[in-house]
Amino acid sequence: MRQRPQHFVLHVNRVGLEKILSLGNPKDAFVAFDHVQKSYDGEILVVKDLNLQIAKGEFVTMLGPSGSGKTTCLMMLAGFEVATHGDILLGGQPINNIPPHKRGIGMVFQNYALFPHMTVGENLSFPLEVRKMGKSEREAKVKRALEMVQMGDFAGRRPAQLSGGQQQRIALARALVFDADLVLMDEPLGALDKQLRERMQYEIKHIHEQLGITVVYVTHDQSEALTMSDRVAVFDDGVIQQLAKPDDLYERPENAFVAQFIGENNKLEGVVRAVDGDNVVVDLEGGMTAHALAVNCGGVGDRTMLSIRPERVTLNAEGPNSTKALVKELIYLGDHIRCRMTVSGHDDFIVKVANSSGHKHLVVGEETDVSWQIEDCRALDA
Amino acid sequence: MSDTELVLAADGTPLKKKLAQALFVSRARAFGLVAPLLLFILASFIVPILSLMVQGVKNDTYSSNMPASTAIMADWDGVSEPTEEMFAALVSDLVQARIDKTIGRVATRVNREEAGTRSMFTKSARKARKLEPPFKAAMLELDEDWASVAVWGAMKVSSQTYSPAFYAAAVDADYKADGEFERLDPEDRIYVYLFIKTLVVALAVTLATLALGYPVAWLLASLPVRQSNLLMILVLLPFWTSLLVRTTAWIAMLQSHGVLNNIFVWLGITTDETRFSLIYNMTGTIIAMTHILLPFMILPLYSVMKGIPPTYLRAAKSLGATNWTAFWRVHFPGTVPGIGAGALLVFILSIGYYITPALVGGQDGQLISNIIAYHMQKSLNWSLAAALGGILLVIVLAIYWVYDKVVGIDNMKMG
Ligand SMILES: Nc1ncnc2c1ncn2[C@@H]1O[C@H](COP(=O)(O)OP(=O)(O)OP(=O)(O)O)[C@@H](O)[C@H]1O
Ligand SMILES: [Mg+2]
Repeated sequence: MRQRPQHFVLHVNRVGLEKILSLGNPKDAFVAFDHVQKSYDGEILVVKDLNLQIAKGEFVTMLGPSGSGKTTCLMMLAGFEVATHGDILLGGQPINNIPPHKRGIGMVFQNYALFPHMTVGENLSFPLEVRKMGKSEREAKVKRALEMVQMGDFAGRRPAQLSGGQQQRIALARALVFDADLVLMDEPLGALDKQLRERMQYEIKHIHEQLGITVVYVTHDQSEALTMSDRVAVFDDGVIQQLAKPDDLYERPENAFVAQFIGENNKLEGVVRAVDGDNVVVDLEGGMTAHALAVNCGGVGDRTMLSIRPERVTLNAEGPNSTKALVKELIYLGDHIRCRMTVSGHDDFIVKVANSSGHKHLVVGEETDVSWQIEDCRALDA
Repeated sequence: MSDTELVLAADGTPLKKKLAQALFVSRARAFGLVAPLLLFILASFIVPILSLMVQGVKNDTYSSNMPASTAIMADWDGVSEPTEEMFAALVSDLVQARIDKTIGRVATRVNREEAGTRSMFTKSARKARKLEPPFKAAMLELDEDWASVAVWGAMKVSSQTYSPAFYAAAVDADYKADGEFERLDPEDRIYVYLFIKTLVVALAVTLATLALGYPVAWLLASLPVRQSNLLMILVLLPFWTSLLVRTTAWIAMLQSHGVLNNIFVWLGITTDETRFSLIYNMTGTIIAMTHILLPFMILPLYSVMKGIPPTYLRAAKSLGATNWTAFWRVHFPGTVPGIGAGALLVFILSIGYYITPALVGGQDGQLISNIIAYHMQKSLNWSLAAALGGILLVIVLAIYWVYDKVVGIDNMKMG
């Protein structure tokens, strides 16, 4: 089950989250985007009608392809870009007219933006100095922040003398050292290698739990979003396509973009023949008739796209969604076998066969039965 | 590594030797490429500068034309009465110098050490052939000033082929025949004041270009490419206009009935009677030099600022710094190498600036270079010009050295 999201076992701090989800009043959220629009050139809307409410202590990730407007949203929240329309609220107060340095929001930049002419200690002490904090208090806080990111011995070094991962930690410590309630991170791990990235994900998550801060995190790495976040906002084309908890996002995508963008997805295209309560009957292009959950598919005669996760397909002929498939390719991956087959005219249908004892051994060129449950098959927008 | 451990190449020759052979051809080719430039610089820059430096301490006008008196004065202490032998040697030299037609140059040389002696030499040389011993009495009859120790002292100093006399003169001191130095009377001092004035003007121009150039460089570095290119053209415009056009423009702008003054009168900043004098004085020199040298400040600043990511400023603000603090604590330190490079460039260029002060500086706005040019072209005192130039060179090198110690030359960015 390689593509399933793996949650950290850490206890997630979800103060008020359920409440926020059911409420809708932007004034009650800790951070709220209320009908925010943004255009740089007066011609194209980079952010279109953004509504997002974040509870205190929550870890929300903005996930989306390059150019989808994630950084722009973060910059508006931090105060470096002005919303063309709409309000951004922090603790219930509109902050459109508050300059960035008065917002008290910590920020971690993609390339860290550590000040090269200052030592690590001076970098950390900078936000405290501009707050006119006394020397001893400053030193204590800097020490604590450095220890939190396990960089206690590095206060005297220059940023140029640190590795990428170490700079990352310092940037994180600097955003936290002045006790900001809200910390924004714009692809903070983008420049690190995979192993280090995973370790830092864990550490950031851990610090979030420990301090109870609110984090708005930007990434275009979906596994990062799924593993770290309380909720994920999937962006595309300046619009939040879906805002949900990671498991919901993976298991219950609400449109074709999210289904395709998050995890691996089999898509089968067709036309709705009949609607039956929560379910629909769909005529697929390859001739098969499938039953699916009506999620986002319009009425009879509309085109739709069925989404089925590869691990939810079984190799038998049970249930209403059952058909013959031709095995085209097998890839052995240890814990499972990835099998590409032709189903109803689509030759990119993927099935993951768990490598359990007594599983069915497939051969390329063989014809086999495949089937899936109605609730695992979601009829989405085409 | 000891000899026994020499690494050998495949054919048995030591690896080092083999490597040197292999590199020789590429080194020779590289040298061949730079050789023309090297020769050019040698002939047009290094040799002239060296010969100039030599001119500042070497002058054989007297010693080569007046050998007998030169030889006898070498043993003279410079304070006692001139002896009969010295007069005899002088007379024989004068006779020969008149035949060689070099007496004029000799007289000029001595006259530089002791003003008003020129005619003594030319007059006495004309009559020297007819003089009879004892020569001392005969010479004194021609001109009683020949008894003056000061005149002989000037001759002794002039007779020294290598002497610090010109360097002494360049710092307003007098090198005496007895080897002592003496500062000139305050009303005779010119050069030290001029050096200081030149340094002050250079500093003023440097500060003015920095104050004017810094914001422009900032704008250049932060504007989108299309606008910044246009602005860059404006910045470089002074390089593209001819000196005469520019000078004419300055005159039109700055003269007492020029554009600026008319505007000031119109705005009521001054009255018609009290118009500012902005040209043909020090003000004119500073304004014009600031204008010309501005690009030399802006370009290094621009290239340094271009390399500073804008996220630094954003990071500083997100950490709670006001615009000013963010600029001063975060952006400004990053631009110091550019300030250093620009300031060094402008300062050194202004120290040696000649043409602009000559054109718009009037009497008051002349700098040390103008005096050097005067001694080169008008008074033909090349040795003094060389000494002044040598001191200027030393000042420049000293500034460079201080800069290297304080900022570090490696930190300099030119673009
Ligand atoms: N300063 C700007 N001026 C004009 N257009 C901009 C500016 N910044 C971003 N854009 C445009 O806005 C859109 C969204 O950019 P944004 O940086 O928010 O994307 P992103 O989601 O952060 O992408 P990435 O994952 O690549 O960082 C892009 O089309 C981009 O070209
Ligand atoms: Mg971005």
